[in-house]
Amino acid sequence: MVDQDLIENDEPLLVAKSLSKSYGRIAACRDVSFALYPGEVLAIVGESGSGKSTLLQLLSGQLAASGGQVSYRMRDGVTRDFATLGEAERRFLFRTDWGFVHQDPAQGLRMAVSAGANVGERLMAVGWNHYGRIRDTASDWLTRVEIDIARIDDAPRTYSGGMRQRLQIARNLVTEPRLVFMDEPTGGLDVSVQARLLDLVRSLVAELHLAVIIVTHDLAVARLLSHRVMVMKGGRVIETGLTDQVLDDPREPYTQLLVSSILPP
Amino acid sequence: MNAPAYNFAYLDEQTKRMIRRAILKAIAIPGYQVPFASREMPMPYGWGTGGVQVTAAILGPEDVLKVIDQGSDDTTNAISIRKFFAKTAGVATTTATEDATVVQTRHRIPETELHENQVLVYQVPIPEPLRFLEPRETETRRMHALAEYGLMHVKLYEDIARFGHIATAYAYPVKVNARYVMDPSPTPKFDNPKMDNCPALQLFGAGREKRIYAIPPYTQVVSLDFEDHPFEPYRFDAPCALCAAENSYLDEIVTDDKGGRMFVCSDTDYCEGRQAAGHHGSLSAAPYKEKAGSHG
Repeated sequence: MVDQDLIENDEPLLVAKSLSKSYGRIAACRDVSFALYPGEVLAIVGESGSGKSTLLQLLSGQLAASGGQVSYRMRDGVTRDFATLGEAERRFLFRTDWGFVHQDPAQGLRMAVSAGANVGERLMAVGWNHYGRIRDTASDWLTRVEIDIARIDDAPRTYSGGMRQRLQIARNLVTEPRLVFMDEPTGGLDVSVQARLLDLVRSLVAELHLAVIIVTHDLAVARLLSHRVMVMKGGRVIETGLTDQVLDDPREPYTQLLVSSILPP
Repeated sequence: MNAPAYNFAYLDEQTKRMIRRAILKAIAIPGYQVPFASREMPMPYGWGTGGVQVTAAILGPEDVLKVIDQGSDDTTNAISIRKFFAKTAGVATTTATEDATVVQTRHRIPETELHENQVLVYQVPIPEPLRFLEPRETETRRMHALAEYGLMHVKLYEDIARFGHIATAYAYPVKVNARYVMDPSPTPKFDNPKMDNCPALQLFGAGREKRIYAIPPYTQVVSLDFEDHPFEPYRFDAPCALCAAENSYLDEIVTDDKGGRMFVCSDTDYCEGRQAAGHHGSLSAAPYKEKAGSHG
């Protein structure tokens, strides 16, 4: 018997080949290539306007690329070019095998419906039709992201910023996705709340063997969460490598500047 | 500039053709909302402009029209629309459900079972069942196209989480022909089972929103629910105070300021029919006593 896990992990989950995107004459993203393996956490760092968010949107298929391609290994093991997927397949992928954690929880949550329904929505979208089971699963997930079960029927607009972000994570993970995109998940949270959130994300990632692409301008977040780092500037990837290697021994002048601009603790 | 001053049933023939095309498409795709070029009608939006246009487009000189509003034949809206067609089309009108060939309705389905030679025309204020869950029209259309109806269950989930049962009492969402989720217009959910496998053609017109949709005869219509919280029609637990009917939908009428109330059939034709057939409720007038003049 061949170890199935080994084969599973041997092939990349997502492959980007010379991705580029231009808005008229402005090139937001140029010639980005990389492969992401199951269970791997990749951080994309860089300053505002460096093309991080554009890249994330290209990778998650929310934006059509001007050049290059993204392919994804589906649950059946077949790797497919994202551009050839129909809209129905793409949307199905988005609510089952993928997650997207927005910086602003209001974009990723339904602020007017209860937390339980927010978590349960994906389940209902894939055909769960038993209220009791949906509710049990939702409470289970709220516990896992450290939200008090007593708040299950409250709308997220009554939640604090940190709770909203945790709820957003629960909502995304309930269908057990294999890949989660995160766009500045800790932006706008105060430091202690950030630390708890990062702790939570780190344990969930390890527990569920998630692959994560996380966009952040906060190098501390990259250091805590990611295995690999890609540094972007002016739409290009200027440096890539293992997290500690890039952050402790930066090669490019820009990366050196970025690393040195962090205040020492 | 030589348009005739009068055309049968108010609308000009080109407009009727346009509406009929939309109706045909709606019948071909049960539950799908077909856009149409809704016209200004001589009544305000919300008073049945959609229903009136559909009725005008399907009405023929031989038709017999019945118009009901909340089950009643004698409210302002019902009388005005009935008069409107009596005047502009010269068609016969009736209040008896079984005699009518076209029934235009607001908020009710008649209690008397419909038959194959009838068309039921609904006035619809908001045709989109997902409207209050997803505000973007582009998005709701896409959700219909891809049959992504998880969101509809989110609403039912919310009901149970808040009230312990599915508290949606009217405009209860249904799935038509196992494909499109549809808003049955603000009919009470009591009426939902009547739409299923109905022998009559059901047409829905939304004038302001410019949509027409349809349920062809004998089409499966299923009310959405959860396995552990099945759909249940709701009815006040009382007999009609005038005709003692136990199975009709009731209106609650407050009779004084001391908590007094009576329950009567909302379908006036049904109620009158039963009274004429000799059924009496607890509050029926007793004509023989008045004639006797027992207390002068």
